[in-house]
Amino acid sequence: MDNRIKLEFLSLSQNEAFARACAAAFIAPLDPTIEELADVRTAVSEAVTNAVIHGYKHKPGTVSMELTLTGRLLRVKVEDSGCGIEDIELAMQPFYTSGTNGERSGMGFAVMRAFMDSLKVESEVGIGTAVTMEKLFSDKLRLEESKKRVKDES
Amino acid sequence: MKISFEITRETLTAHLNGELDQHSAGEVRKAVEAELKKRRTIKLLVLELSGVGFMDSSGIGLILGRYRQMRDAGGRLSITNAQPQVEKLLKLSGIFALLETQRRGRANG
Ligand SMILES: Nc1ncnc2c1ncn2[C@@H]1O[C@H](COP(=O)(O)OP(=O)(O)OP(=O)(O)O)[C@@H](O)[C@H]1O
Ligand SMILES: [Mg+2]
Repeated sequence: MDNRIKLEFLSLSQNEAFARACAAAFIAPLDPTIEELADVRTAVSEAVTNAVIHGYKHKPGTVSMELTLTGRLLRVKVEDSGCGIEDIELAMQPFYTSGTNGERSGMGFAVMRAFMDSLKVESEVGIGTAVTMEKLFSDKLRLEESKKRVKDES
Repeated sequence: MKISFEITRETLTAHLNGELDQHSAGEVRKAVEAELKKRRTIKLLVLELSGVGFMDSSGIGLILGRYRQMRDAGGRLSITNAQPQVEKLLKLSGIFALLETQRRGRANG
């Protein structure tokens, strides 16, 4: 089943919850496991939060999120037209944060990488940032069928 | 986010209920700080997470911030009752190692 949605929203922190709820609804037809669902919600939350607090530094701007489903492969693309990232490699290192108030862990990109199958970050200073992530969903039905077959055969 | 507090002797337990993200982390920080200010005798802050169905790295940041705050005041922090998915994130962040060191450091000293 193939599908695609694209939404735009203001860079408000309350829209973090909105974005992950949308992503959850979008993948519901795949009947994901509880863990897969939480993985996607968390990764989406990370990307959107970064756009709001780093990209736009809490100032008003537009964040866009595109969700594409190709079979059981989900692609999430979150984009902002904010300040951009100077050194992407540094930014993606676990525990690196430009936050200075001691309330950030610098784990956002590490979480996206761990919870999704792939992560790509494109950014240009003064232009903006695009984060693309992919995840392939397990096939519960096929899993159950093969389990049943093994049981029947024994 | 719903937050309720419970105090027993030198321990302040914060029961968190809801989704812990960047939006709600600020609320929790303010509420906990206000509570700690009222009761200067608190030595242990417990974040009780059974009601937290969602958390992202902003939650890790919140925990780290409270860890530093308690440590700097000569106190301790502990986290309990995390749901499996939150536990997965906590493990990834390595925060348990920090809280372990804290416990061991105290036992030794
Ligand atoms: N959309 C963005 N625009 C500009 N800078 C960004 C963006 N996303 C990330 N960054 C930069 O990359 C750094 C690392 O991001 P990451 O999400 O890993 O950690 P963090 O957001 O600082 O902390 P945490 O996610 O744990 O709260 C940020 O501190 C910021 O400097
Ligand atoms: Mg982040």
